[in-house]
Amino acid sequence: MDFTAFARYGPELASGLPLTLLLVGQSLALGFVLAMLIALMRLSTNPLLSSFAYGFVYVFRSTPLLVQIFLIYYGSGQFRPFLQDIGLWVFFRDAWFCAVLALTLNTGAYTSEIIRGGIQSVPFGQLEAGRAVGMAPLQLFYRITFPIAIRQALPAYGNEIILMVKASSLASTITILEITGIAKKIIAATFQPVEIFIIAGAFYLSLNFVITQGIRYAEYRLSPKSPEARARAEERRQRAVLAR
Amino acid sequence: MIDPAATAALVAEDIKKRFGSLEVLKGISLTAEREDVISIIGASGSGKSTFLRCINFLETPDGGRVVVGGEEIQIKQGRSGPVIGDQGQLSRIRAKLGMVFQSFNLWSHMTVLQNVMEGPLTVLRQPKAEVRDRAMDLLAKVGIAEKHDAYPVELSGGQQQRVAIARALCMQPQVLLFDEPTSALDPELVGEVLRVMRDLAAEGRTMIVVTHEMGFAREVSNRVMFLADGLVAEEDTPAELFGNPKTERCRRFLASVL
Repeated sequence: MDFTAFARYGPELASGLPLTLLLVGQSLALGFVLAMLIALMRLSTNPLLSSFAYGFVYVFRSTPLLVQIFLIYYGSGQFRPFLQDIGLWVFFRDAWFCAVLALTLNTGAYTSEIIRGGIQSVPFGQLEAGRAVGMAPLQLFYRITFPIAIRQALPAYGNEIILMVKASSLASTITILEITGIAKKIIAATFQPVEIFIIAGAFYLSLNFVITQGIRYAEYRLSPKSPEARARAEERRQRAVLAR
Repeated sequence: MIDPAATAALVAEDIKKRFGSLEVLKGISLTAEREDVISIIGASGSGKSTFLRCINFLETPDGGRVVVGGEEIQIKQGRSGPVIGDQGQLSRIRAKLGMVFQSFNLWSHMTVLQNVMEGPLTVLRQPKAEVRDRAMDLLAKVGIAEKHDAYPVELSGGQQQRVAIARALCMQPQVLLFDEPTSALDPELVGEVLRVMRDLAAEGRTMIVVTHEMGFAREVSNRVMFLADGLVAEEDTPAELFGNPKTERCRRFLASVL
């Protein structure tokens, strides 16, 4: 094991971190919007919308992300004349666009199921209370359904964020130089795969550590607790810190 | 002749409702004048809760009409029976009908105070400071002001139901609907909720109460309806209905619960 490799290549690998973050951030943001749409379509009483959403989720959950990335990036070349005609080729020839698109569609499919589960878990009585007080359907959604659903869905969604951080490494297969992409580039030049992948793995580990803590904090903040209960929890936390 | 529906606080006329092949309500009518306290009693399955839920269209009745403060709730014919005709109008009318549920149905992601303020803020769009003052007054009135920062999970059933009553009152409704408000409570918590309801009746609130509490029906209401098999089997003053029931059904029911 060449320990000097850690110091030598660490900074270069770190330079891939912003791209990893950007890739994950963009895909998660777009994917969440997509997931909301798909979840609402899936729950709609319109059989056309519902079955379209079902089909979308089924396809994207049941095929490997790597295959999806390849199909979008390499497959779009097959339809180049058509894509040029409708002016979309400028997007599909761009590896970054293809990576974000694949990750967005993929996380959109998974997240839509998480959101659907959250929405369906909202107790019917609380919806009736909203209706009884005179809320319009839209008010009911954003004041009652959504806030409760999101709390229910948070642990599962946290899981999805972590999976996405790891899945973003697949973008390296279509020339994106995020952490894994840079790692592969360095390995090709140095033939030190173990050291380099240990560093790359450590970056993912640290990133997901921060994200896990963030999700825990969000769960804690969003769980219905009174100030007294919150103070008690805070006291317990501080005692635990002191005991350490 | 003046239509009585134009002046009464609430009129429900010939309400019919079926679930599949089961005819739950076969045509029930009720007229509540201002300050009426009407108790609806009957065996479980007699349709009393369904009737109450038809009044504010939590269930859409298959037939009949509901008039609140002179305004009739619009219905239109859908493919499989009547549907809500005008969502905006229905929302407006529901805001005038405070509802208290058997299982409280407080919003779990809001504090007690937020629960009480939610309707007036979101639905009636009243100014926050004014709503807050009113909400705190109401919480004090139902004896739970010190818990205004707590979340529903931290309260007992009786406390939750008193918050639910404050929530309904904060909308300043014309009529209060109670759907078995004490049925989900431990016996020792029933009293605190009934006390609040007695106070409301004494203030001259118009109330329609579906209940199993015969003591409440007898002492607090000015009219009692006894439902059986989706019909009003007997309707009278509490003194008459409890003291001198006219029908065999009612006599047997009272004998079984008293």
